[in-house]
Amino acid sequence: MFDEPLKLVLGLVTGIIFGVLLQKGQVAKFQKLMGQFLLKDFTVVKSMATAIAVGTIGVHALVALGLAEIHIQTASLARVIVGGVLFGTGLAIFGLCPGTSVAACGEGRRDAMIGVLGMFVGAGVYVAAFPALQPMIKAMADYGKVTLPQLTGTSPWLWVGGLVALIIIALAIIERIHPKQPDTKL
Amino acid sequence: MNPLRMKVWSPYLVGAGIGVLSWLTFATVDKPIGITTAFEYSAALTEQAVAPQVTQPYLEAKAKDGKVPKIDWEWMLVLGVLIGAYVSSKMSGDRAPEEKVPPLWGWRFGYSPGKRYVGAFLGGIIMMLGARIAQGCTSGHAISGILQLALSSWIFAPVMGVAGMAVAFLIYGKEGRSHV
Repeated sequence: MFDEPLKLVLGLVTGIIFGVLLQKGQVAKFQKLMGQFLLKDFTVVKSMATAIAVGTIGVHALVALGLAEIHIQTASLARVIVGGVLFGTGLAIFGLCPGTSVAACGEGRRDAMIGVLGMFVGAGVYVAAFPALQPMIKAMADYGKVTLPQLTGTSPWLWVGGLVALIIIALAIIERIHPKQPDTKL
Repeated sequence: MNPLRMKVWSPYLVGAGIGVLSWLTFATVDKPIGITTAFEYSAALTEQAVAPQVTQPYLEAKAKDGKVPKIDWEWMLVLGVLIGAYVSSKMSGDRAPEEKVPPLWGWRFGYSPGKRYVGAFLGGIIMMLGARIAQGCTSGHAISGILQLALSSWIFAPVMGVAGMAVAFLIYGKEGRSHV
């Protein structure tokens, strides 16, 4: 029923830091997320891309040092494509994603609390529909828990370097076009 | 000024913070940041208590992978997000406004909270169903999976991004851009 206490404490501390970051980044707000999808406000992309660039370097360094392992999901085409379409659709309707909706609840937003209730129901639907979903999931190819370097037989550092460079260039361009965030109506 | 009293931090600072936090989760518990597995486990535990026969196939499949739904590290992380955002918003005074409906939604659908709640509820269901089918969300796939160079996440993230933009423009149109 429960993980060991140390893990629970570490999870809580990690979550508190994550919650503060999401709240200060203003990404726990409907207007900011929809502003991103409508390509007006680039706060979400700026913070996510920076997180990826910084994260990928450290995580791959930890893996190279043998201090951590890669933990990824299986590349089942049906899972990621059907799931991705449903996820994007639901997100655009709700206006908050799973992590940011929980943070928005912390801000005291009533609509986020109702949405999180919906998320709980959605998770219940998945568990109950698990057997019924299997034929759909098995209908398409599954490439397994594979990374891009493994798939292409190349060094992960080539990808890390390329990804970081790409993000720096993309952010520099975005910063030129959208130097300051518009005064989003919150 | 105490940074926690500020309402806004730079997105680059916030992003770098999340990036460093991901190093810490790999270094401490060797896990990526994620949110929705905790919802799946909570729902499974609840359903198991109410209607065990419904959850049986799911639990058997999980057991084969050596996984048991429980209150774990990630569950506490979700609780922590709630607490962290609460403390942060309290300290800066960035609390939920009186107006219960976001301006963009209100412009498109009117300012009735009921309508917005229905939208949020249904959107939440669809979004979480998608997250669990894909086995990840914005955190688990679009940040943690992309930074680990996972093939699954590199497919999921663009698919969900394009779907989200398409639906956003379908609902609000170009005109919606002047309401965010």
